[in-house]
Parts: sequence; C-alpha cells; structure tokens
Amino acid sequence: MSAKLENASRRRFIKGSLMTIPAVTVGSAVSLTADAEEPPPSLADYEPVYFDAEEWQFLLAACDRLIPADGEGPGALETNVPIFIDRQMEGKFGHAADWYMKGPFPEGVSPLFGYQSPLTPREVYRKGIAATRRHCQNDLEGDFRKLDGEAQDRVLMQLEQGEIAFDDVSASQFFAFLLQNTKEGYFADPIHGGNKHMATWKFIGFPGARGSYREWVDQHDKAYPLGPVSLTGERG
Amino acid sequence: MAKRKPHVDVVMIGLGWTSSMMGMELTDEGLNVLALERGPDQDTVPDFAYPKMADELTYAVRYQLMQRPAKSTVTVRHGVRDMAVPYRSLGSFLPGNGVGGAGTHWNGHTWRPQPQELRLKSYVEENFGADIIPDEMTIQDFGVSYDELEPHFDFFEKVAGISGKAGNLNGETQQGGNPFEGWRSSEYPLPPMPRTLNDTMFRDVASAQGLHPFPMPAGNASEAYTNPYGMQLAPCNYCGFCERFGCLNYSKSSPQTCVLGALKRRDNFSYRTNCEVMKVELAEDGKTATGVTYIDENGDEVFQPADLVIMGAYSLHNVHLLLLSGIGKPYDPISGEGVVGKNYAYQMNGGATLYFKDKAFNPFIGAGANGEVLNDFGVEQIDFAKEGFIGGSYFNAAMTNGQPIRNMPLPGGAPQWGAEWKEAVQETYGHTMTIGSHGSNMAYRDCCLDLDPTYTDDHGRPLMRMTFNWKANDVRMTQFMKDKIDTLSQALEPDDYKLSFKDFESQYDVRPYQTTHNVGGAIMGSDPSTSVLNRYLQSWDVHNVFVMGASAFPQNIQYNPTGLVGGLTYWAAKAIREQYLKNPGPLVQA
Repeated sequence: MSAKLENASRRRFIKGSLMTIPAVTVGSAVSLTADAEEPPPSLADYEPVYFDAEEWQFLLAACDRLIPADGEGPGALETNVPIFIDRQMEGKFGHAADWYMKGPFPEGVSPLFGYQSPLTPREVYRKGIAATRRHCQNDLEGDFRKLDGEAQDRVLMQLEQGEIAFDDVSASQFFAFLLQNTKEGYFADPIHGGNKHMATWKFIGFPGARGSYREWVDQHDKAYPLGPVSLTGERG
Repeated sequence: MAKRKPHVDVVMIGLGWTSSMMGMELTDEGLNVLALERGPDQDTVPDFAYPKMADELTYAVRYQLMQRPAKSTVTVRHGVRDMAVPYRSLGSFLPGNGVGGAGTHWNGHTWRPQPQELRLKSYVEENFGADIIPDEMTIQDFGVSYDELEPHFDFFEKVAGISGKAGNLNGETQQGGNPFEGWRSSEYPLPPMPRTLNDTMFRDVASAQGLHPFPMPAGNASEAYTNPYGMQLAPCNYCGFCERFGCLNYSKSSPQTCVLGALKRRDNFSYRTNCEVMKVELAEDGKTATGVTYIDENGDEVFQPADLVIMGAYSLHNVHLLLLSGIGKPYDPISGEGVVGKNYAYQMNGGATLYFKDKAFNPFIGAGANGEVLNDFGVEQIDFAKEGFIGGSYFNAAMTNGQPIRNMPLPGGAPQWGAEWKEAVQETYGHTMTIGSHGSNMAYRDCCLDLDPTYTDDHGRPLMRMTFNWKANDVRMTQFMKDKIDTLSQALEPDDYKLSFKDFESQYDVRPYQTTHNVGGAIMGSDPSTSVLNRYLQSWDVHNVFVMGASAFPQNIQYNPTGLVGGLTYWAAKAIREQYLKNPGPLVQA
C-alpha cells in the first residue's frame, strides 16, 4: 500500500467517525512491538478533563489542521495530541504555576518582554476557543468543525497573524499556545499523553529515551539503526 | 521574632559550584561551615537517575530543574527611562534551582579567559588608545592577573575533570590545542571527547582556511577519572540529555559528581535545603556582617549567626541580596555614582544552521560539550582600532541535546504548521549542523541592576530590575563574526543554510533562550569607587562578606563563565585561608 493511499483512507476515517484509530495505520512500514503495561487510550473514548464537549471538538478539529494526517507520518489526532493538551491544562503549565503572575499588567508592552497577560494558559484556551467559535458563527456562518480544511486553515492563519481581534484574549497568543502545545504533544515522550506508540519518533528517526550511544559516536554519517524506547519501557 | 540558630564559623548562601568548592577549602581549615540552599536537595540518585531524566518535555521545556519565576525573578527594561516588566516565564536565561544550582544543568563548556580579558581596559588603552573606548562604555580591569589565577584554573579543571587538549603548555605551543590560549601549567586531566561528524567536517574546512580548530574543552568525562577529592567520573555515553538535565551517568562535571559527595562526608560541613536567605545582617556600625536571616522550609524566619558570610548564589541573586542587605552603595546610572548593580553584561552570540540533504548527523548522539571550536577571532587576535569594535568570539560546531521539541531547525520559508511543515520536519531532522559564535559583551553606563519600584516577590521584597539592551559596539563585533561564519558555512557546501546574528535593529528579547551567562553587578576591581569587591572577591564595605560567581566580572568575557568562576573561587579561598583567617579585616586597604 502506498503511503499516499493509506493516508488518504486514514484521513477519511478519522474525519468521519473519530472511532478507534487502529494502531496498524500508525507510522510507515514499521511493525509495532509495543509492550507498555497500560496501552494509551483511544482518542474517541477519551473523556477530556479540562475541556467541555464543544471545546474538545474544536481542539480536535484545530489539531487536525495543525498537524494533519496528510502525507507521510502521523497526524496530531492519531498520536493523541489533544489528550496531551487536555492533561497540560490540568498541570503546572495550564495553571501557570511556575510563572510570575503578580500585577500590575501594563497594556501595550512590546512582545520582546515575553508573556505579560494576567490569564493562565488554560484561561487563554477557554477564552480563545469561545471567541474563535463565535467568530466562525458570526462571520462564517458555521461551526469551525464544519468548515472545510481550507477555511479552517484561513481562520487559524488569521489567529496566528492577529488579524482577528478578540475582546478578552489575544488571538495570536491563543494560537501560539495551541501550536506550541500541539508540537510538544507530537514530539514528547508518550508518558505525557501524546506521541502515541512513539509514532512521531519512528517517523523522524529519534530513538527516544535510549540515552546511551557511546559506541555510535564515531560511526559517522550512518543512520542509527534502532527504533525508539519510551520512559515506560515501550519499544518501537 | 526570628528564631535563632547556634553560631557557625561560616555561612554560605546557595549550594552550587562556588559554595561546594569553598566548603572544601574552609572545612580543610577546621571551620564549621553551613550552606543554606533555597531550593530542594538533589543528587544523581534518585533525582537524575535513568530513565526519568530522558524526558525532554519535563526538564528541557518545562524547566523542572530551574528557578521558578513565581518564587524569584527579575524585571526587565531596555533603557533607564522605561518602565520595567517582570520576566514572568523563563526564556532568555535559566538560573538553576536546588543543590548544584546551574552547575547541575549546564552543558560543561569550560574555558579560561584570555589573559588580556582580565585587564581589558588597560589592554585597550595600551594598544589602541583610550579614545577608541566609546563614552558610554564602562569596561574595567578585573584587578587580578592571569598568572595569579593560573594555578587555580588548573586546580578547578582537575576537580571538574575537564576533557581537552592544551595548546600552550608553559609557553610552548602544542599541536591540536588552542594556540591562542593563555599558558597552562599542565595538560587537561582528560583527553578530548570522541569526535562526531559535525566536528570533523568543521575541523577540515577550518583547517583548510588556515584557521586553528581544536576540541571544545568539556566538562564531560572522556574517560574514567578520579579527581583530587576522590570523586569518580564515568565516561560520558553521549546520552543526548545534557543541558537543562542532571547527568544520569556521573559524567558531567557538576557539584554533585565532583565535590559534594566528598564535602558531605565532613563532620564540620552541614547544609539545609528549602532555606531562602532574605538578607545579610550587619552589625550596628555597618562594617561587619553578623550572619543571615532566612525563611526555612516551614516558612519560619530564622537568624543564623556566623563570622564569615560567603555569597555563593547565582550571579543575579548575589547582587539582589547585596542591594537588599544594604552592602555597598547602590549604583545610579544617571549620576554614574555608586557600585552595586553597575556593569551588568550578557553574551553576544550568533550562528548558522546548515542543512545537508544526504548527511546523517544523529543529533541525539551528543554530549553537552562535544564540539569543534576555534579561537582565531578572539579578543587578543583582533585589531580593535582597525575593525571598529572592542571584543571577540570563539566559534563552535557543537552537536548537543538533539531532542525534537526544541531541536527542529527548518529551512527558511518552511511553514510553521500543516502538511508542509510535517514534510519539512521529516526532511530536515537529523540533517543539520550548526556553527555558533560565542562572544564578549562590553559594559555600559546604562546596563545595570537595581531594585524595582513596583514589583515584589512572595516575601514582599522588591524584585531586582535589569536594564539592558544591545549596543552598536557589540553588534559590530557580531557582524564581523557573521562574515567569517558565512565564509565557513559556504565552504562546507550545505544544501541550504541560514545565518542568525544581531544587527543594528536588534533589541534585547527575553523570549528565546540565549545563554545563562548573566554577569556583573557585584564587580571586582582595584578601586572601591568603581567596584563592589576587591581583587579577592571581598566586599570593600563589609570585610567578612565575600561574593563568588560571575557577578564579579566587570564585563563579559568571550567565553562561557564557569572556568573563570571556578578559578576565582579557589583564588578567593586561598586569600581567606592564608590571609583573612589570621587577621580578619580588609585584605586590600581602600
């Protein structure tokens, strides 16, 4: 089966039902030898902890555009990226627990000075999703989820460029968190909820948590031959 | 009312590199030494043990081992007339937290300064004339010479188990080392690290251009090693989890692997963690310290009396504590008077990312400090009058920490998301190498540290305010380096490459990581009207307070600071042991 064909059918499948995503479609021509004690949840069965049902559907649709299943390599949905993001909302990141969050918060500070909002990342997501959905309802007469891929991309690009202004949250900051967390979930160890069965690592050739390469240092210009291992001992 | 603890001879603030080393030296004298560490205790086992350390998200992206801005941070502004805002989430620099401090999570790049960097102002005046120093530039001499520090650099390198190749042994040039370095009394304790593909490619091209490449001096053990304290290092296995991580393999030079195991065995040493020092307490005459007040792990205020106070916190915290304690006159950038907070400086870096479609670099195979470097464009090699700037850089082709969340350089024009992004990721990951320039940063009248008038920490103390921006002199320096790196990049014949250097439009940006080499603010020197510390790192104003660390640098050197910090610590320890303890008082008369 060519990668293109496989991906096209996989894509229709995911868009259609969001039912169980079979592991055999993950990666390209790599057999899975997963032996983690607890298999990762399927995205379709997952009950989000932070996001409500509407927010969750938005997140699934947005992640699917940021890292689509098209082409070679897994997409955000089959690697459980939305689960990663939901878990991040409940952790220190979502709560900005390590950040200095005392006021005052002056307006109009140059972006060069970094994050200067009183909102925690989880608040940015909540307000950002709500505002984006309202924007789609009002200006595009539809739910973000129901737009076609190109229209969804246009909305995401407008957020990214700050071309849409929201009252209570920065559109570009919302997008920046969404993109940052999507990539984190895609590339991070599966222990954090995304990168299901290390599919991303297999795709790019990163051996994960192996952490021992002494005998490989002077074997120059040869691709490392072994697949990845994860923090829980899953082998790919 | 603060609780009061029994008296100790020496209290040390922080327990990273400098306090660990000073602890060995002062317990050798039979003194009763106590360290107070703001963060948690941490050691190779259990805290850095495999596999949990091999987690990019937790340690490298969420900064598990770093200072929490929620607990301690600074405010930042570009100019003295601007309002500063807090450095709310980490980006540009990453001070450490907990036992070991930044010495736990560094990469291990270990350098000595070039000799003239320690007397930079005099060197410039003697060779190029005082009139080439711009009016607003406030560079100074360190007040201590390379020759005086050499034995202490040497000992630090032996304690830390540095892997490298000498280029100058007692004045004799050595093949394979850095021909531009200051003299060394002995070879590095360990041979250089094994070479990765990028190392050999850079070495060959640089050599062909008549330059002098050599292996990066590395605080990563190339072989098994036992240091003068009996601490054992194991050969680095190139695990790829170095900077921002604790070493899982006893290979990275750190306070834990090199010093603390030995220090903790000594009965006259003790340490308390989760104890944050609020201020150094002074006697009524303000001329001596009586000890320190800290908040313990239960949140109680405690007074710890001591005869001698060693400030061994991160450079920024040392300056903050001096300001909060009223030690030394605070610096005023408008009048130019005062000293504490003066001459804050950073590091002027740039680099190239080179893409080779058909080369497999295996970027996950890397030590923290493997890499090929050259020093042909160092401070001592450049004609400042001709080139129109003061400063220099070393170049490095390093392959380190190649994990995918952060290490995903894509060709110019590649989209940030979508199917084409994914395609670019697959095409690029593992096929790039970098050449960096790591350069000096001069001191300027308006680049300084003081107490913020608006923002406070959890204890109600003012945050420290950093006033800093890039200056034309340093931009000219890095643009000079850009031309040289452009030439080297082209010679490597990559399929694509991009250069990233500061230009005259660049303003200091706190968001992208640059370096945790924040220096100055408690600078050493020969004159109490222009420095906080004398040449022995002793406060001019309060003689039983000594301040370690890179806060003592009057401007930043072209190198990573740890080698100089280590040498200065042993230099100060010698002065305390041989002079101060016999006759406590100022070691230099003001």
